[in-house]
Order: sequence, then structure tokens, then C-alpha cells
Amino acid sequence: MLQDLIKIAYLVSAILFIFGMKRLQSPATARKGNQIAAYGMLVAIVATLVAKPIVTPVEMILGLLIGTAIGWIWSKKVEMTGMPELVAAFNGFGGIASAVVAFGEIAKLIQNTGTDDGEAFVMSTAVTIALSILIGGVTFTGSFVAYGKLSEKISGNPMSFPGMRLLTLVLAIVSIGATVWMVMGAGAFPDDFMTTAVSVEFTEPMIYGAIIVATAAFLLGILLVIPIGGADMPVVVSLLNSYSGMAAGATGFVLNNTALIVSGALVGASGLILTKIMCDAMNRSLLNVLIGGFGGDGQTAAAGSKSMEGKNITEVSSEDAAILLAYAEKVIFVPGYGMAVAQAQHAVRELGDELQKRGVTVKYAVHPVAGRMPGHMNVLLAEANVPYDQLYEMDDINGEFDTCDVAVVIGANDVVNPAARHDTASPIYGMPILNVDHARTTIVLKRSMRPGYAGIENELFFNSNNRMLFGDAKASISKVVSEVKGLD
Amino acid sequence: MLLDNIILFTLASLVGFEVISKVPQTLHTPLMSGSNAISGITIVGALIVAGQVHGAWATWLGVAALVFATINVVGGFMVTDRMLQMFKKKD
Repeated sequence: MLQDLIKIAYLVSAILFIFGMKRLQSPATARKGNQIAAYGMLVAIVATLVAKPIVTPVEMILGLLIGTAIGWIWSKKVEMTGMPELVAAFNGFGGIASAVVAFGEIAKLIQNTGTDDGEAFVMSTAVTIALSILIGGVTFTGSFVAYGKLSEKISGNPMSFPGMRLLTLVLAIVSIGATVWMVMGAGAFPDDFMTTAVSVEFTEPMIYGAIIVATAAFLLGILLVIPIGGADMPVVVSLLNSYSGMAAGATGFVLNNTALIVSGALVGASGLILTKIMCDAMNRSLLNVLIGGFGGDGQTAAAGSKSMEGKNITEVSSEDAAILLAYAEKVIFVPGYGMAVAQAQHAVRELGDELQKRGVTVKYAVHPVAGRMPGHMNVLLAEANVPYDQLYEMDDINGEFDTCDVAVVIGANDVVNPAARHDTASPIYGMPILNVDHARTTIVLKRSMRPGYAGIENELFFNSNNRMLFGDAKASISKVVSEVKGLD
Repeated sequence: MLLDNIILFTLASLVGFEVISKVPQTLHTPLMSGSNAISGITIVGALIVAGQVHGAWATWLGVAALVFATINVVGGFMVTDRMLQMFKKKD
């Protein structure tokens, strides 16, 4: 009876997760949705605590307290600009938790032989344990390499070495081999496991097999992320997000637990959808992204197909930029990673407010892969109190650039390069872009003339109706704000 | 049992695809961090291994997993809430 109630509780928690995620379909209901999902988690935790007698309460409470303290402090202290690496790190913790639970399950199965708590070690359990360790391990190291790249603790440039793909292949084969060894070991598990402790020869394949799978998984996770450049991070972060769900799902198979399987599947699906959206927004296949080598800081990548030599750029002063903006009817801001780096979102919002006071229509156009993770720019602008109904997705705003007086590009580059539309030789040809060049005037804020992540020159900069405003984005915008304020 | 689990996983994935493909771009980051917190459901497995089974190895592996999963769950939901709080309509 109790066990049936527990199962129903897990079902309830899975339903709460689904309803919670459904509410993420609108910013108005999203916060409530997240809270509903958190209640779902609470239901699952309580159900687990009452399901079976607790034999080691002190250890359990200790684990809960330490984890809560770290999670609480970290989530309170993080800056919004540090969000991509935080998401990556949390992802990694989820992955390693799944892998360690699978190890704990092995320990439980082996240590309880010869007692009444003994359970059979069956082949399907061995497969799911190996899967849980494999996916969890890849998620763990992959996420922490991503964390390092996003927080600039390690270089954001793609890294590779000779024989890397061969090593990846070898590691994949090794982990499959170790899994087979575990399965065969489970098949040979003695039938009298409840009366006599199982001898070493039967436990070895489990323990060492699992350690080999874990080692291979850790290395595979590193190899998965190091060849990927900073600007391709949105894809990897989404993919790792999906993996962390699948790792939880695999653990659900190990424990035969509905809540884990359903939520693992939900998160797995969510990550995959985001991965696909990110790839589509760059017009590249997932395989192409994963092979990597694309998208460092622009210094190593190949030069563009079309030389821009002999063409001129036009600089603009902050005074002139202020005049252009203040007397416009419609202004569209296009933020990119540069805005995040310069922490310019508050200055941008201030400029937007000043312009609106003067009767200018202000909108924000956000490309799906702007920044280092899906939705990165939206979070930063929300932090700066830009109302979400002023933020537009690419397809909804692209038609509006034709009627726009000034498009202001803040630290975005390749996502506004018109070459993507017509230059078949360009590496970014075919990538959907924001049509800022259709605006009457464009102002591009940039530190210097260094090319974007794809390492190609941006045609936009050389257009006759484009003005370059060089310098730190935050300082430049702040100057423009004070100039606008000075106008009558 | 295994087959039942596979059926459950497949159906839940389909529901996931259906629900999540309608999430707007604006909410992609909270979607990631929120779903991340949900993937911390491994906390259930960690609790079982940390508190409800015999054997020191299992217990301490469970405690380690519990710490990681709890960071994921508590941190994930809290930071998502912090973000979503910032998304406001024009007043």
C-alpha cells in the first residue's frame, strides 16, 4: 500500500514538472512554472524519505545541508553575466551525481550479498549502470571544460591535437568493452547471493568495469568540448543540458524510478530542442559544430573570402551618434556578446529610455545565438529592466529594419554580416542574420576593427550608410546618453 | 520492467518535445537552468543510496552524490527564480 502511494507521489511530481515547464511558454507565467517544478521536486524528495526506513540519517542530512548551502550561496552571488558558466557548472554537478549514484548502486548490490537485503545483479541493471556512469561522466567533465571556457579560466579557442579523433574512437570502444564485461559479470552473479557473501571473482567485473567506463567517460567529456570555440558554446551548453537529463533518465532505469525517468526524458528533450535551434540559427549541422575548430577569438581563423582592402569605413563621434538617434523615429538595438563583455546592458537601457522620452520607438532585436548560451542577451537586458515585450526574435523583427532609421549594433558581428545572404564563398553563407543593413543608418559599436569569431571581415562595416563608434561599449553608450540628454 | 521503463521514457520525451518547442527565445536561459534543476531529480537516487541502504561504501558514495545533486536542485531552482523575477512587462 505504502509503495503504491509512493509510486503515485512520483507520478504527481512528474506531472508537476510537465506543468511547470509548460508555464515557461510565456514570461508572464514562467516564474510560477519554475515554482511548480520546485514543488514537484519537493514531492519526490518527501516520497523518497518516507518510502523506506532511513538507516543513516546523519550522513543523509549532512549531504543535504552541504549541497543546499553551496547551491544557495552560489545562486545568490552570481552576476547575471556569469550565468552561462553557472549553468554549465550546475549541469556538471547533475551529471556527476548520476554517475556516483550508479556507483553507489554497485556498492549496495555487492555489499549486501549474504544478508537479507541482498538483491540480484541482473544484466539489464549492469547496462543501465554503465550508461548512467558513461553519460553522467561525459556531462561532468564536458560541463566543467565548458565552465572553464565560459569563465575564461581556460582559452576559448578551439583546441585539438593529432590523433584526437582516433583517441575518441578508442575510448568509445573501451567503454563499450567494459560495459560488456559488466553485463557478463552480472550474468555470472551467483544465485545464492542472499545466503553467502559473493566472492571477489564475481564482483571484480562490476567494480573495475565501472571504473573503466567512468575513466573513459571523463576523457570523452573533455575531448567533446575542447575542440569547440567560444562562440559555438550555445550549442555545447544546450547539448550538455540534454546529456544531464539523459544521465538522470539512465539512473531512473537503474532504480526503476518513474520520477527520474520522466524528468530525465523531459530535460533530455529540452536540451535537444535548444541544440537544434542553435544549430539552425548558425546554419550548421550538429556534427559540424562538434568536430569543432570553428569560432575562437578570431585570431586563428581563416580570413574572409572577399578582401575589404581599399574600402573605407566611416567613424562617428558620440555627439553625431546622439543626434542621429535623438531625431530618429524608430531605433533598433542589436546586442551581441560584446555587450555582455563590456557589461553595457544598463547603459543601453538608459539610452533606450532617453530616446523613448523623446518619442522615439525603441526595439531590441536578439539573434538566437547572440552570446554564449541560448537566451543570454534576453537575461542581461531583463536584468537591466528592459521590458520583455520590447525584445524581438529574429523572424519577428527582420521585416522592420526597412522602416527603421537607426540600427545600433552593440558587440554583435557575424549575426549582422550581410555576406551570409549573398556571398557563397563566405564561411557563414546561409546563416540566418538580422537585416540591419536595411536600416537607413547603422551604428556599430566596436572596440577595434578585429573580425568576429568566424574570423571574417564584416561587409556591413564598409557600407556607406554605416558609422563606426569605436571604444568600450559601455563608455561609448554612456557618452551618447549624456549627449542625448544635452540636446533639446 | 525494462520495457515499461523504455515506454515511459519515450512517451515523456514526446511530451517534452511538445511542451518545450513552444518556449520563446526570450526564456531560453531560464529554460536551461530550470530544466537543469529538474535533472537534479537524481537527488532521489542519491537520497536512497545515502540514507536507506546498508554498507559504508554505498552510504558515502550516496552522500557525495547527494551533495552534487542538491547543489544542482537548490542552486538551479533559485537562480532560475532570480532570473525570471527580472522579466517584466512594460508598465
